[in-house]
Amino acid sequence: MSFDWRWDFAWEILPRLLAATLNTLIAAGIGYAIALVLGLVFALAQRTDYKILTFTTREFVEFIRSTPLVLQIFFIFYVGPQFGIRLSPWMSGMIAIGLHYAAYLSEVYRAGIEAVPRGQWEAARAINMSTRDTYFRIIIPQALPPSIAGMGNYLVGILKDTPMLSVIGVAELMHTANSIGAENYRFLEPFTMVGIIFLAISLPVAGLVRLFEVWVRRKMGVR
Amino acid sequence: MPIWEFLETYGNRLASGTLVTMAQFGLATVIAIVVALVAGLGKMSHNWLIRGTAVVYIEIFRGTSLLVQLYWIFFVLPLFGVTLPKFTAGFLSVGLNVGAYGAELVRGAIQAVPKGQWEAAYALSMSPAKRMRRIILPQALGLMLPPWGNLLIELLKGTALVALISVADLMFQARQINASTFLSAQSFGIALIIYYILARFGITPFMRWMERVVARRLGKT
Amino acid sequence: MDMSIYPLELPEGDRPMVRFMNVTKRYGTLVVLDQLHLDIAAGEMVSVIGPSGSGKTTVLRMLMTLETINGGVIYVDGQPLTHMEKGGVLVPADERHLRKMRASIGMCFQHFNLFPHMTALQNCMEGPVQVLGLSRDEARARSEELLSLVGMIEKKDQHPSRLSGGQQQRVAIARALAMRPKVMLFDEVTSALDPEVIGEVTTVIRQLVAEHNLTMLMVTHQMGFARDISDRICFFFGGKIEEQGAPADLFGDPQRDRTRQFLSAVKEAH
Repeated sequence: MSFDWRWDFAWEILPRLLAATLNTLIAAGIGYAIALVLGLVFALAQRTDYKILTFTTREFVEFIRSTPLVLQIFFIFYVGPQFGIRLSPWMSGMIAIGLHYAAYLSEVYRAGIEAVPRGQWEAARAINMSTRDTYFRIIIPQALPPSIAGMGNYLVGILKDTPMLSVIGVAELMHTANSIGAENYRFLEPFTMVGIIFLAISLPVAGLVRLFEVWVRRKMGVR
Repeated sequence: MPIWEFLETYGNRLASGTLVTMAQFGLATVIAIVVALVAGLGKMSHNWLIRGTAVVYIEIFRGTSLLVQLYWIFFVLPLFGVTLPKFTAGFLSVGLNVGAYGAELVRGAIQAVPKGQWEAAYALSMSPAKRMRRIILPQALGLMLPPWGNLLIELLKGTALVALISVADLMFQARQINASTFLSAQSFGIALIIYYILARFGITPFMRWMERVVARRLGKT
Repeated sequence: MDMSIYPLELPEGDRPMVRFMNVTKRYGTLVVLDQLHLDIAAGEMVSVIGPSGSGKTTVLRMLMTLETINGGVIYVDGQPLTHMEKGGVLVPADERHLRKMRASIGMCFQHFNLFPHMTALQNCMEGPVQVLGLSRDEARARSEELLSLVGMIEKKDQHPSRLSGGQQQRVAIARALAMRPKVMLFDEVTSALDPEVIGEVTTVIRQLVAEHNLTMLMVTHQMGFARDISDRICFFFGGKIEEQGAPADLFGDPQRDRTRQFLSAVKEAH
C-alpha cells in the first residue's frame, strides 16, 4: 500500500472544503425550491382538460426523467451561447437541476393526488367549490402526507447530485476538491473528506425528513 | 449546420459512443444485480458480521453521490494498490452504486412475499437455502420487477458520468463534438435523444416484457 | 428449568404418537398454554375446539415447530421434538434436529399456502424431491396417486390461481400427504372456504380417516364434522383443556359449564 493519510494536509484544506459545502447547500436549496414549485406546475398541467397541454407536459416530463442530468446541465449551459444567451454556470446549473427534479417531483405529486379518494372530489363538487379551491383546500393537503417521503428522498438526491455542477465550473464541493487535488497532486484527502461530508449531510437530512413526515401527519390529523 | 449534415459527419462517433454506453450499461447491470442480491439477502442475515457489512455498504453507496464514488474509485483506489482501467472503474462504480439501491428493492420484495409461503415451505421441512431459492425468491422476483425498471433507467443515466473519467461513451463523444464545433444544440440534443430512445424504447419495453414473462410463470396470466 | 423429569425417549410401553408433556407457551406475560398434558395415540383422530384465544391453534403450530415453547417437552413417536439429547440431558433442539423431526409432521393451513409459481402436481412433488430426495419419477408417481385420492388429478397441471378455494385446499392436503407424515395437522382448513365447497374438503378428510390409519389433529369450527369423524374431542379454554372425551359424550352430555356455554353459543350461530 502506498497511501499515507496526512492529517496536516486534511486539516489545512478543511476550511476551503467547508466553504464549498456552503455553496453546495445553497445550490441544492435553490434547486429544490425551484423543483418544488415547478413540479407542482407539471403535475397539475398533466391533469387539465386541454389534451395538447397534458400530452406535451407528459412527454416533456418523461424526457427529462429518462435522460442524464449531467447532459442536461451541459445542454443548458452551452446551448444558450449558441443562440446568443449567456448563462452563468450557477444559472444554468440551477435551471437544469430545478427542471430535472421538478420532473421527479411531479410524479410524486401526481401519485399523491391520485391517491386521494374519488369521493373527495365529488364532495367538493357537491358544495360547488371551484376547481382551483378544490385543489388547494381539499386535495393537495390530503395528497401531502404520503408524498413527504418521496419528496424527502429527492431532497437527499439533489444534495448528492450537486457535484455534477462541477463539470461546468460551479465552485461547489466536488469542484473544489478536484481543484485542491490537482493543485497539490494529492487526491486521497480531498476526495475522502468529500465523501465523508456528503454522508454527514445526507444521513441527518434523511432522518430529519422522516421526523418531518411524522410531524406533518400529526398536524393534518392523519395517522 | 442542418441536422442531416451533422448526423452524416458525426454519426459514426455518436454511434460508437452509444455502443460504449450500452456496454457500460450491460456490465454495470450485471454488477448491480449480483450486488443487490448479496447485500439484500445479507441485510436479512442473522449473522451480525454479514448484516453489518451489508448495511455499511448500502448506507455508504446510497449516502454519497455516484460522481464522488466514481472519482474515488478511479483516483484514490490506486493509492491502495488497486488500479483499475477507466472502463472498468466506470461500470464498477455505477454497478456498486445502483446495487445499493437495488439491495433495498430485493429486501423489500422478499419481505413482501406472504408469510404463509414461508410457513408452507417450513412445514415441508425445506432447508432455508432451498426455501429461499425455490419458493421465496421466484415470488419476490415478480414483486421487484416494476421498481427495478425505474432503477435501470437511473443506471443508464449514471453511465453518462463515466465520460468524466474519459471513457469514450455517448456523452464523451457529444462533449468532444461540442468542443470542436460549438454546435451544442445538435451534439448535446442528439445525445439526449439517444439516451431517451434507449430508456423509453429499450429498457421500458424490455422490463414490461419481463414482467409479463414472470407473471405467466407465477400462473397469473 | 429442571429437565430431569423428562425422559430422553419415551419408554416402550408408554409411547403415544404425540405427547405434550407439561407444555407452556407465553407471549410476554400472557400465558397462552398452561402446563398442557395431551396424548394422542397412533391412528387417533383428535379435534380441538374452543373460543379464539384459547390456545388451540398454538397447540398445532407448536407441533409444527412454527412456534417455540417456554416449558415442557413435546414428543413425537417417542422422540423429543422440541428438544434433543446432548451429553445425556435434554437441551432445546437446534435447527437441524427440528428439520429432521418436522419431516414426519404434515400441516394444512387455513389459507392453503400453495406455491403460486408451481402447478398442483409440482406443488406436491416439491417436498419429496427437494427434502426427501426422491427421484422425479418416484415423486411424480406418488403425487399423482395422492392427487387422484383427493379428486384433483384432472387439474394436476393447473396453477393455484386457476383453482377454487376448495380445490386448492385439496391439493394442499395431497401436498402434505406426499411427505408420508406420521402426524397430520389441520389448522381450520375450512374456515376460509365458501360454504358450498366445504363439503369437498371434509369428504377428503373423512376418507383419510376411514381408509388410512394416520394420526390426525384438527382445529376446527365445523362442529358437526368434528363430531362425525373424530375419535376424541378436546375443548380448550384459557390455555388448558377444559374437557375432553368421545364426541358423543362431549357434545351429548357436556360436564363442564364452560363447555356447555361454548356449545350452545356455537349452536346459536348456526
